[in-house]
Amino acid sequence: MIKIFHFYGGVHPQEAKISRGVSIVDAPLYPLYTVPLAMHIGAPARSLVKVGDTVLRGQQIGEPASFVSSAIHSPTSGKVKALDVCLSPQGTQLPCVVIESDGEDTPAEPLPPIPDWRDADPDILRKRVAEAGIVGMGGASFPTPVKLSIPPGKSIDTLIINGVECEPCLTADHRLMLESPKMILEGVELVARILGVKNVFIGIENNKPDAIQVLDKEAAAYTDPVIHVLPLHVRYPQGAEKQLIYAITKRQVPSGGLPADVHCVVQNIGSIYAIAEAVIHGKPLYERVTTVTGTPLVSTGNWRFRVGTSYAEAIKLAGGLKEGASIAKLISGGPMMGMTVYSQSIPVMKNTSGILLMAPEEVHQYTSKACLRCGRCNDVCPMQLMPGILSVQIENERFDDAQNWHVMDCIECGCCAYTCPAGRPLVQHMRRAKSEVGAKLRAAKAAK
Amino acid sequence: MSTLVIIVVVGVFTGIAIAIVSKFFGVESNPLEDQVKELLPGANCGGCGYAGCSGYAKALAEGKAAPGACAAQKPEDLKKTAALLGASVEQKVPKVAVVFCSGDDTNATRQAQYNGINNCRDAMFVAAGAKTCTYGCLGLGACARVCPFGAIEITDKHLAVVHKELCRGCGKCVQACPKKLIRLVPRSAEIHVHCSNPMKGAVKLRGCKAACIGCGKCVRTAPDNMRINNGTALAEVNYGNPPAEELAQVCPTHALRK
Amino acid sequence: MSEEVKNTAAAAPAPMPAKPASSAEPALIVSSSPHFHTKSTVDSIMRWVVIALLPACLAAIYFFGLEALRVLAICSIACPAFEYLSAKAMRKSNELHDGSALVTGLLLGMNLPSTTPWWICLIGSFIAIVVGKMIYGGLGCNPFNPALVGRVALLLAFPVVMTTWPMPRIPASLKADSALTEVVPASSATPQATASAVMPATTATPLKFSKGSRTHGSARNLLSDCTPAHQKAPLTYMQMFLGIGKSGSLGETSGLALLLGVILLICLNIVRWHIPVCYLGTVAIITGIAWICSPDSYANPLFHLLSGGLLLGAFFMATDMVTTPLSRTGAIVFGVGCGILTACIRLWGSYPEGASFSILIMNAFTPLIDRYTAGRPFGMPKKKGIKMTA
Repeated sequence: MIKIFHFYGGVHPQEAKISRGVSIVDAPLYPLYTVPLAMHIGAPARSLVKVGDTVLRGQQIGEPASFVSSAIHSPTSGKVKALDVCLSPQGTQLPCVVIESDGEDTPAEPLPPIPDWRDADPDILRKRVAEAGIVGMGGASFPTPVKLSIPPGKSIDTLIINGVECEPCLTADHRLMLESPKMILEGVELVARILGVKNVFIGIENNKPDAIQVLDKEAAAYTDPVIHVLPLHVRYPQGAEKQLIYAITKRQVPSGGLPADVHCVVQNIGSIYAIAEAVIHGKPLYERVTTVTGTPLVSTGNWRFRVGTSYAEAIKLAGGLKEGASIAKLISGGPMMGMTVYSQSIPVMKNTSGILLMAPEEVHQYTSKACLRCGRCNDVCPMQLMPGILSVQIENERFDDAQNWHVMDCIECGCCAYTCPAGRPLVQHMRRAKSEVGAKLRAAKAAK
Repeated sequence: MSTLVIIVVVGVFTGIAIAIVSKFFGVESNPLEDQVKELLPGANCGGCGYAGCSGYAKALAEGKAAPGACAAQKPEDLKKTAALLGASVEQKVPKVAVVFCSGDDTNATRQAQYNGINNCRDAMFVAAGAKTCTYGCLGLGACARVCPFGAIEITDKHLAVVHKELCRGCGKCVQACPKKLIRLVPRSAEIHVHCSNPMKGAVKLRGCKAACIGCGKCVRTAPDNMRINNGTALAEVNYGNPPAEELAQVCPTHALRK
Repeated sequence: MSEEVKNTAAAAPAPMPAKPASSAEPALIVSSSPHFHTKSTVDSIMRWVVIALLPACLAAIYFFGLEALRVLAICSIACPAFEYLSAKAMRKSNELHDGSALVTGLLLGMNLPSTTPWWICLIGSFIAIVVGKMIYGGLGCNPFNPALVGRVALLLAFPVVMTTWPMPRIPASLKADSALTEVVPASSATPQATASAVMPATTATPLKFSKGSRTHGSARNLLSDCTPAHQKAPLTYMQMFLGIGKSGSLGETSGLALLLGVILLICLNIVRWHIPVCYLGTVAIITGIAWICSPDSYANPLFHLLSGGLLLGAFFMATDMVTTPLSRTGAIVFGVGCGILTACIRLWGSYPEGASFSILIMNAFTPLIDRYTAGRPFGMPKKKGIKMTA
């Protein structure tokens, strides 16, 4: 009997993973790529090219501007058409490099592969991860090299690989695990060696038995480090970092703390795959697997898109809209934490795990009805906060109270708003409070 | 029925008792404090740093505060206050809030239906407001809601407009605007550059028809009254020497207007 | 004042006309995540509560005839009507479709005897909806259960009407011979005939016998004391559970019907089981201790559980979402508190029944319970709960 791991609270929305059986296909070459220079948390990269420059596929076009930043590489060969701004899913404007493809797709000189990585110095490997511009591909896009350097005074004993993919609709990680298990396990071993960790857990939700089986079979060959494949309870947000660590190790990341505080590092499947490619083949991160799905689409699937492909091209690739269908929401990411965007010109970025289209009849309209105090939000909050009380405080702009009721611990998973019968936009309330309280805390810190 | 009568009688007697008690045991208030309070705007905005106007009036009457801390007080009232307290104040430059944006629904279109909380500060978290100009006014009235004088109107085209005659320059709206579009400027200036987008002219024009593109026409016409801001490349009024109203006519995008 | 204005402004739905850049494609909707939502809404919750109340309503109509239907109908029409009018008067958006006013009306009706005159029903509805709910800002903002506010106001204002209960109908097999002529058989009864047959005979509820007015002097004979005059055999506990021969307000008859309703609500996660279970359990334990100590002067716990409005209160009043604590721990505290108060009022208070008062009192404690039962958030060190702010 396999033990199934779980955490407190959570919800189980309809899974709607209609593209789970569709293999990953390489997207074709497009004439134009809009490559944002800020596809990560932290400072935008500094551009290394000028208008009119010729670039090759995989050539570095942006260099990290600070410690928390990342390198950017060209997705194809061609000419730099413009240095412009483009829209981000958050609605802000990002500096970007517009590359006009020459159709040749000439590769640049790859980064030298490190075939003997098992004996290589961890610093060399970490440097390679940085050179390849790898960021967390689950959504937050935190630069991976920063995550792989252990903060002074902290020790790491457990590496957790997040193959949960608890977001409904998305299947990119699932397909990647099914189709490239060897590469992923090599990546896992690699990261374990960088961190000097002997214990590795791969957490996969129970609704992907095929992926669990495939990885389990492959993982049996590994003895140093030992790789455990763990089936997890199907419950959103199983894939949230803190919840995943708790489900697997029963350690609670302290409030305001980092996984390193409980000696853990969590890496996403997509990032692991990218790390393996960067080290073994010397390939920088300029393409990723993205699920394009939604009921209004003719077909759904998982494509390997180059960074900078516009959403419009992605939708076209999925066959466009069905006869008579219309889109009401276009979402970057999954339905629980994804962001609505209003333009199809937005480019696929390193953290675009999915492109989801919703038909008008599927859309839930938020209202500003009063809280019914049913307490369901309370039951499902994985952080064990009281979203109902918080949202009323925030509505009345009582941010100090909200801070005392721990609004800063909110992970914005959306379970509360999912379950709210009054249809209140609870996550929006929490974001507002987190931003107001955060500004206050920063001001207080600056005053000191 | 008797219940009703008893309740009424008890109510009336309690009322009379309270009236008597308050008459005989009421706290004597400082007459100076009352006079000073009369001269304050009574908006309780808290801009002076005291708990509302009565708190400030008390501090003034007790000599713990100096007149002039209230941004919203009318100059003549300030003079009277100073006379009452026997203090002297230097006359401040009267200020007024201005929304530095022209991006209403015709100039900077809204590109999506927003479904969420009816407040600019909340709307910032949903695609940053989904306007063609990412720096533009969202028109959901965060400023209007905090204005103690009701001086800010949200027009039909979703642009916040300050009514100069009602604005007392307390500055509460300045803090409330998530896009930092509102600034306090001297009341004497008639026209302002209604744009806060620091991006390149061409990019701006894609987003808003009424953007200041930094062409410098106004500066060339009235070099003493106008200048180009080095940081944002926007034209700005020299508030020390504001231009005449007619200068607005030279602006090709009508960002320079009343 | 200014805060009030701000709140109403913030609560207004966002009117955001979208002007798409090109009119060819319709504007997309932007909203905060999540974009999936459960099917459960306020409307559906209230619909289920109404459905859960139906068995008890039918039981009331069975036992008290069309008079019961009259009371229920007046209340369940008057409550939505008052809500509509007060929303109009307050210039608020009309939320009638959520059905909460109907629930309040039904619950208020369940709390009245079938003989209640129409105008008292109207006053009760007015107090419940306008004073109990709308002046606080409508559904979700009321601190007290509106139906209970209406009931208690009526109980205090019209004590005689509110405590005069008609004789319920009992099956023919149980009838005493003298009563046979008095009650018309159900099948051939016209509304007027049934009304005239049931109306005149009034009786006291079983609970009333548990205090003071005992004929046999000992609490041991309670069941035979409260047996209706037209029934030949003494009342049994089974009869009390089914509601046969037990007089009382409309909703105080059949425990079975109420139980069916609440089980449905618990299964649908509309009601937390913690409140009814802790409430009834606490009442049983306290009255049980009193009974063991002195069986002559105190009724046994089963009698307490099955008599009066306790089941109605525990199943439908104390489980009202709006006025009870949010968390499960809070629900347990709330249930136990209600139980202690009810038991104390019943055993030692001057009123025979204490369910409505105790629930209202505990409603007032709800914010406090919420504050003290707020759980320790994930990753919080122990002993660092919510800081108290003034």
